[in-house]
Amino acid sequence: MTITEKILAAHAGKKKVSPGDLIDARIDLALGNDITAPLAIQAFKDIGAKKVFNRNRVVLVPDHFAPAKDILSAEQCKVLKNFAKAQRLTHYFEVGEAGIEHALLPDKGLVLPGDAVIGADSHTCTYGAVGAFSTGVGSTDLAAVMATGRLWFKVPETLKLLFHGRVNRWVSGKDFILYTIGQIGVDGALYQAMEFSGEAIRLLPMSSRFTIANMAIEAGGKSGIFEPDGITLQYVKPRAKRPYRLYQSDPDAHYADIKEFDASRIHPQVALPHIPSNVKDVREVGKIEIDQVVIGSCTNGRLDDLRVAAKILKGKKVAPYVRLIVIPATQEIYQQALKEGLFDIFLSAGAVISPPTCGPCLGGYMGVLAEGERSLATTNRNFRGRMGHAQSEVYLSSPAVAAASAVKGRICHPEEVIRKRG
Amino acid sequence: MKIEGRIWKFGSDVDTDAIIPARYLNLSDAKELVKHVMEDERPEFKREVKKGDILLADKNFGCGSSREHAPLALKAAGISCIIAKSFGRIFYRNGFNQGLPLLESLEASGAIRDGDQVRVNLATGEIFDVSQNKKFFAKPVPAFMQRLIKDGGLIPHLRKKRTKKKG
Repeated sequence: MTITEKILAAHAGKKKVSPGDLIDARIDLALGNDITAPLAIQAFKDIGAKKVFNRNRVVLVPDHFAPAKDILSAEQCKVLKNFAKAQRLTHYFEVGEAGIEHALLPDKGLVLPGDAVIGADSHTCTYGAVGAFSTGVGSTDLAAVMATGRLWFKVPETLKLLFHGRVNRWVSGKDFILYTIGQIGVDGALYQAMEFSGEAIRLLPMSSRFTIANMAIEAGGKSGIFEPDGITLQYVKPRAKRPYRLYQSDPDAHYADIKEFDASRIHPQVALPHIPSNVKDVREVGKIEIDQVVIGSCTNGRLDDLRVAAKILKGKKVAPYVRLIVIPATQEIYQQALKEGLFDIFLSAGAVISPPTCGPCLGGYMGVLAEGERSLATTNRNFRGRMGHAQSEVYLSSPAVAAASAVKGRICHPEEVIRKRG
Repeated sequence: MKIEGRIWKFGSDVDTDAIIPARYLNLSDAKELVKHVMEDERPEFKREVKKGDILLADKNFGCGSSREHAPLALKAAGISCIIAKSFGRIFYRNGFNQGLPLLESLEASGAIRDGDQVRVNLATGEIFDVSQNKKFFAKPVPAFMQRLIKDGGLIPHLRKKRTKKKG
């Protein structure tokens, strides 16, 4: 079996499962946010449920339009807070201790290797980075899990993505996943579990692995997963407060397909409008001037992302008429970035720093685009109108490309701003 | 269960931001959401769609975010069924959970035209294009998911199960 099949079998109380099997699985953790949880809470009441299955295993995070952007959003956040209070949830994160859910939960040690996790947010697939089965669902499924602690799944086929070779300078997880989506398309892994493997993957830090797993959904994937290794354990051990289990795929595991890539051929990538598969090498995009740069989101708002951006922005200025918005993903990351002096660099460069929020990624607030405006963002989707007006454009890249482009005022390779070593 | 209605034809990779833009996600009420359904993608849709109409799309319909607001808004607009080559997987689950049937058919998706009158038999997966007098077949819907549709979605289905248990 693959790692995904093993985790699902364990949670369904079975010795073996195969792709296509319909199973009823025990869920370790269920997540909702200020967009999806209000519908789920209503559905929970409609079922006739009174208490959540386990008050330690239901997590609510107001992060999308929080701190509330308007009265309607405030009402939605209030629904979460009241439900969390009434159900005495252990893990309700008010804005001062919160941040973007998919950066927050792993950092808090709430999602662990071997877990089966669902979240009413499509980027719940992020937690595959620690070796968990983790997938996004809708509000009704979240309600069912809050009530019963279980959910039905069709066991997915697994698509193995093998990356050989070395990793180029200025290349991070974002370039790996954009490159992959460019190769296989936005439905290239539809209904499948994406298993990322190979010696190049083993070299990647957790931050890059989170970014890769995060965007599995942009290839249509049900989940993205990495077999846990030394790097995973180094991250998980100090954070875990309950036991966890490490699974590996069997050498004779069956895969729907195995795709092999040469990592040394991956250079910084950019996804052009209006679909994440419209990917090019940054050196091939031509002269694309930008009005805004966003560095943040559940995809790329982690400390490593801010560090690389600061490295490029140090002693530089954001180009005239360009807005650079930096959004640390969680309060802890925010504080750490502050301690490390990253904020001085950002502020001196002319960036504005936002508190943690999903805000601009989905055109909510804190950087919404006007008609005809163009943003380069380290976020995950560049659908038409995603960041604001239907006639605006979103380009996707890594934090390194985003920071360099903010300096140049057009999309560029980091080496245009920082000279090559040696 | 039989369905008949006019076809609204869409292309491939229609994402949930196109179905219901995120700027309206500070709303949870279907009656409010329906005022904005498909407004950037096809502005006349929300004005002209009628109860019972059927949505037809190419591949990967409903890709992107997990927002259940998307099938909720389409159902509230009167859409009775969606036929596509394939669906975004979260949207697929959400559709059935909302009691909105989704059918996968490669042949129907290509051949049926915008505005055609179409009849769908959910139990058999038969799709009959009345306007063109042509018959197509969809992948059969698993029995479990047909039960969800019959009960009106996952919540009524679970409520029914709970009452049975108690009774």
